Amino acid sequence: MELPAQTFQVTRADLVRYAGASGDFNPIHWSDRVATKVGLPGVIAHGMFTMALVGRAVTEWAGSPDAVVEYGVRFTRPVVVPDDDQGTEIEVTARVREVTEDGLTRLEVTATCLGEKVLAQARATIRTAR
Amino acid sequence: MSLDPSFVGRTYPPTAPYQVGREKIREFASAIGATDPAHHDPAAARAMGHPDVVAPPTFPVIVTMAASSQIIEDPALGVDYSRLVHGDQRFAYTRPVVAGDELVCVNTIEDVSTRGGHGFLTTRTDVSTVGGDPVVAVWARYVIRGEE
Repeated sequence: MELPAQTFQVTRADLVRYAGASGDFNPIHWSDRVATKVGLPGVIAHGMFTMALVGRAVTEWAGSPDAVVEYGVRFTRPVVVPDDDQGTEIEVTARVREVTEDGLTRLEVTATCLGEKVLAQARATIRTAR
Repeated sequence: MSLDPSFVGRTYPPTAPYQVGREKIREFASAIGATDPAHHDPAAARAMGHPDVVAPPTFPVIVTMAASSQIIEDPALGVDYSRLVHGDQRFAYTRPVVAGDELVCVNTIEDVSTRGGHGFLTTRTDVSTVGGDPVVAVWARYVIRGEE
């Protein structure tokens, strides 16, 4: 079963805000000068910001903010965020891999940016029935 | 980059308690656009059976990232922070983090290896309350890129 796709817009302002809220001030997430110096095409989103947005999609599908039992991802490709008003977009889809007898649903999640997968092995287990 | 494999299995002393504030959860939830009332309104969280506002699933990284400096800045292990790339992240929850929690982290090095000139480091952080009740176990895998 496929779950309805969710799309998240990501701008530079979102990255600055996430840096402040999370305490991750690595300059590759706000300075083009530093990002390009280390070989990136430009400022990239925090992997953990992408993971947080995908987590939002998961809790949305679960229908409850406290239903996530397990959640893991591998960061495979940076999400480049241009310095303009639109930024970029992350699209998140998932399919149900398994529903266990004790009320757990295992999801296989796909997150893409500009048509390219940015995560691998993205999996979440949610508690379905309360 | 060569990491010392004898560090596998090493456990570090518990970190100083991290006090989870209600405003910090609200700030984090707002930063990721999570609008569910349970993240913002204590009454909504209590209606779901929680003592105070509920943190979003990736919130514990605030606590574990700070705690992991014990490992990443351990001079004996010798990680070059400027070459560190976050590879994997995983959380296994006993329960969600809520405002009012006082959290202690115990870091363990689960795996250290070197392949193709790159170093790989897997850490496990057991996050529990000061009273010793488990809250969430957090794994991170880092790649320490080799010299070109």
